[in-house]
Amino acid sequence: MQTAPRMTPGRRAYVEVPADPQQTRNRILQAIAVAFIVAYPFLDLLFGWQALLAFIPMMLMITLALGLNIVVGYAGLLDLGYAAFYAIGAYAAAFFTSPNSPLARVLPGSPFAWMQDFWVAMIMAVLVSGFAGALLGAPTLRLRGDYLALVTLGFGEIVPRLIKNLEPWTKGVKGMNPIGRPYLFGCQFGVDPCEILGMKLKLGMIPYYYLTLVIGAISIFAIIRLRNSRLGRAWAAIRDDEIAAQGMGINPVTTKLWAFSLGASFSGATGAIFGAYLQTISPDQFEYSTSVIVLCMVILGGTGNIWGVMLGGLLIQSFDRIFAERLTGWIHKAGALTGDPTITAAFNSFDLLKSRLLVFGLCLVLIMNLRPQGILPNRKRRETALTDLPEEDLVPEESVLIAGADVPTEKPR
Amino acid sequence: MLTFEYFLQQLVTGLANGMLITLVAIGYTLVYGIVEIINFAHGDVFMLGAFSSVTTLQALGAQAVKRVANKDQSPIPETYLWLLIALVTSMVFCATLNVLIERLAYRRLRRGSRMAPLISAIGVSFILQNVGIYWKGVSPVNFPRYIPQIDLVKAMGIDSFVRVTTKDVFVLIVTVPLVIALTLFIQRTKLGKAMRATAQDRDAAQLMGIDTNRTIALTFLLGGALAGAAGLVSGLYNNTAGFQMGFSYGLNSFTAAVLGGIGNLNGAMLGGVFIGILAAMSDGYLDARWTPVVIFGTLNLVLIIRPSGILGQDLAERA
Amino acid sequence: MTASNDSSDVVLDVTGLTKRFGGLIAVDSVDFQVRRRQIVSLIGPNGAGKTTFFNMVAGQYEPSAGRVIFNGKALHGLRPHQITARGIGRTFQNIRLFTNETLLENVLVGMHSRLKSGPFASLLRLPSQRREENEAREKGMALLHLVRLDRYANEAAGNLPYGMQRRLEMARALASEPQLLLLDEPTAGMNPQETVNMIALIRRVRDAFGVAVLLIEHDMQVVMGLSERVTVLNYGQKIAEGTPLDVQRNDNVIEAYLGRRHKRPEDEAADGGTH
Ligand SMILES: Nc1ncnc2c1ncn2[C@@H]1O[C@H](COP(=O)(O)OP(=O)(O)OP(=O)(O)O)[C@@H](O)[C@H]1O
Ligand SMILES: [Mg+2]
Repeated sequence: MQTAPRMTPGRRAYVEVPADPQQTRNRILQAIAVAFIVAYPFLDLLFGWQALLAFIPMMLMITLALGLNIVVGYAGLLDLGYAAFYAIGAYAAAFFTSPNSPLARVLPGSPFAWMQDFWVAMIMAVLVSGFAGALLGAPTLRLRGDYLALVTLGFGEIVPRLIKNLEPWTKGVKGMNPIGRPYLFGCQFGVDPCEILGMKLKLGMIPYYYLTLVIGAISIFAIIRLRNSRLGRAWAAIRDDEIAAQGMGINPVTTKLWAFSLGASFSGATGAIFGAYLQTISPDQFEYSTSVIVLCMVILGGTGNIWGVMLGGLLIQSFDRIFAERLTGWIHKAGALTGDPTITAAFNSFDLLKSRLLVFGLCLVLIMNLRPQGILPNRKRRETALTDLPEEDLVPEESVLIAGADVPTEKPR
Repeated sequence: MLTFEYFLQQLVTGLANGMLITLVAIGYTLVYGIVEIINFAHGDVFMLGAFSSVTTLQALGAQAVKRVANKDQSPIPETYLWLLIALVTSMVFCATLNVLIERLAYRRLRRGSRMAPLISAIGVSFILQNVGIYWKGVSPVNFPRYIPQIDLVKAMGIDSFVRVTTKDVFVLIVTVPLVIALTLFIQRTKLGKAMRATAQDRDAAQLMGIDTNRTIALTFLLGGALAGAAGLVSGLYNNTAGFQMGFSYGLNSFTAAVLGGIGNLNGAMLGGVFIGILAAMSDGYLDARWTPVVIFGTLNLVLIIRPSGILGQDLAERA
Repeated sequence: MTASNDSSDVVLDVTGLTKRFGGLIAVDSVDFQVRRRQIVSLIGPNGAGKTTFFNMVAGQYEPSAGRVIFNGKALHGLRPHQITARGIGRTFQNIRLFTNETLLENVLVGMHSRLKSGPFASLLRLPSQRREENEAREKGMALLHLVRLDRYANEAAGNLPYGMQRRLEMARALASEPQLLLLDEPTAGMNPQETVNMIALIRRVRDAFGVAVLLIEHDMQVVMGLSERVTVLNYGQKIAEGTPLDVQRNDNVIEAYLGRRHKRPEDEAADGGTH
């Protein structure tokens, strides 16, 4: 050990934390990925990939997974009814903006007419979902992990059924439509031609793509900030060892409540955009299987690691929305190539889209049993502990005293 | 007193369904009692039990189906044998399946967090549902009407709106002895003792020379067998089976197990009958579409207000 | 120990503290005091109720009877996190670090009750939040330096060898700015060199931070070398109390440790380290 550093007021030496060597490489990869994603709609047009319409819901689902990751990955709470909050967000936005909603009868002309604006409705959706999360969490977060999971499952089942049954308000299984559209500079998203600054443009769904992208990016920034904050550390502590965390001054109930509520509020924004994008929402979009698919995305990529979650989301969503269909097509073609009618028929009966839940089920079982930490594990933990560290001499008295004295001893009371 | 008779009618239906729910709930409760895993796939094992039963029955008695199709005609004697064969095959099938599931999907996860086995169980549940879809398709299959539906109340010469049919009795004839047999097995036999010891303290049990892996497998086997029996009986009682019934029945049964006090055998019975009746009342007085909301609401309320259930003492003492 | 006149000097005052587990009385109406800046040891054979005593003071267990007064205020009914905020920090007998988090993060978690920024301040990176965060990191690194672990600040805590994990736990407990530090067997499983270092560290911590230290120990070398007072528990009951020397010579203590009285106190001193 070097000679003990003299600590002077305003010293910064201790804050310098050695840079992670992988970080630079990651930065470059990230930059390339970001450039590709930002330019995607034009590349899509240029090369005729025709996947833009698959990409938008895909990115929405990944944003949803990022929100669930707060609950499952950061705070370690298993939420099996996340789609319910998503539904609450989507329906909240629809209630405010749809001409067929019960609110449409009272809002126009009232002092609250401004609430029918999509952006306002989206913010309301965030608040309402976050509030719903707190409401469900408050009585249940003291429960043991597996019991909590079941409460969320029950909640996830109740919400879509309530939507189905409360027909006069929600339009039941038929669903709600149309839904207010986002707009910018007077251009209604998804309505062509769009007039911006006097130019008439045919943008198709491109504005939705960028809206989703922006919301996704905001989510990522927000989540990284939260993760590295006092609250984020408390989540990790609760997840790793609740008793020790309490011993460190962390209130487990409020900490979990924040996770539940913030996680839910992410799904609110996503739900609002999802509804506007599809222009129709119905209860069957928010059932148990949706919750499990989002959970699968979180777990496959690496619980607690947002890059892992995004990777998992990308894999599952691209399977679900792009490859399952194309693979099935290729298999059918391969069957036809053999020329044999029975083989062709056998190949044709094969449909990955019908078995998507089977694939997700297998995925869950395999990950849990073979690689429970997911593809990209939550960093840091080495395979083997460091055993050969030198035991450092703790005796150099002076420096220890100085270091100790640096820490305020008396707290103001 | 038509309204009272209506109430009684719902009670009868609820009781029969409650016994079926009990059989499935016992599977949850046994497994939870011993390894503290919520075997989420258990409902789907039950569903596959129903599918295996219908397959066996169809294979055995293609011509009998025609003869018994007329529901007032009393069945030919062989059908009882076939029913017995179907019952045994379904029980063996589900028992094996459940043991396999434990071996492949849960065993390695026993020592980790509570979350891991639950997630794995959800995965298994999806897999089994898809197996069900491949086996019998997405639309519900009809069960052969082997159990005649004779109204016993009327047969006794009482004129009443309430019907207690041979079907209701059939459910009781199969389920009650099974529950009694299981209780005796757990209370009286050496294996049952090993189960109770393992449930109380797995490590201590292991030290006392109990093969805990085998005991846990046995628990899954028993739970699976009961689910298999429930699969057959529910198919015959409701005349139909579909791949989604595992999820709904499973959750009803799970709610029953939690309500009674998960880990507690008597609790499962109490909870099963209660949930069966509650569902029937909700069907009868509210509307069938509200029943799931009522059941899930009950589940959540129980978990929030009294997570250890009505008879939860046993588990609390054990923990 | 009789109550002294200047009671303001007493940081922890426990009277009649009792804990029953079913029929077992793990701690049996124990009276106990710790003064400011004092290092006090709690010793006793295995299962004597020492950890249970800690858990009641720290709020992990609800006492069956008795009361705990800390800084003149009763701790009755407070949750563990509230007690930490009041100024009691602790380590655990079987180390309970947040193994997946870095050393620095572990210490920062320890600061939880001393930091204020809420989620929204963090989301917006308000200047106050950034300042607080920087100061916390700085302080965290200073604490890691104190226990000589600052080099490994970015390592996951679970990767550390045992002895270092104990030191990290101590830094984490100190991060909550306690006035009373509860250390449950801080040298358990350490080799002689590590033990010597730990003794020096504990004394230094007391001197630098002015905390009172209450430690559970089996290693008599640590107990004798460090503590100003020693309390002995046996089967939940306090059987002796006093200076290390008094306790060492106390017949009850010798009997508790050796069963029947067949050794002389002089022999016991040499033997004590085995417990
Ligand atoms: N949660 C609990 N439930 C039931 N009994 C308990 C519990 N915690 C401790 N005990 C019992 O209380 C008694 C005292 O235990 P405690 O852990 O306090 O002893 P200790 O003095 O710390 O022992 P050691 O030196 O081995 O750490 C023991 O008999 C123990 O089995
Ligand atoms: Mg102890």
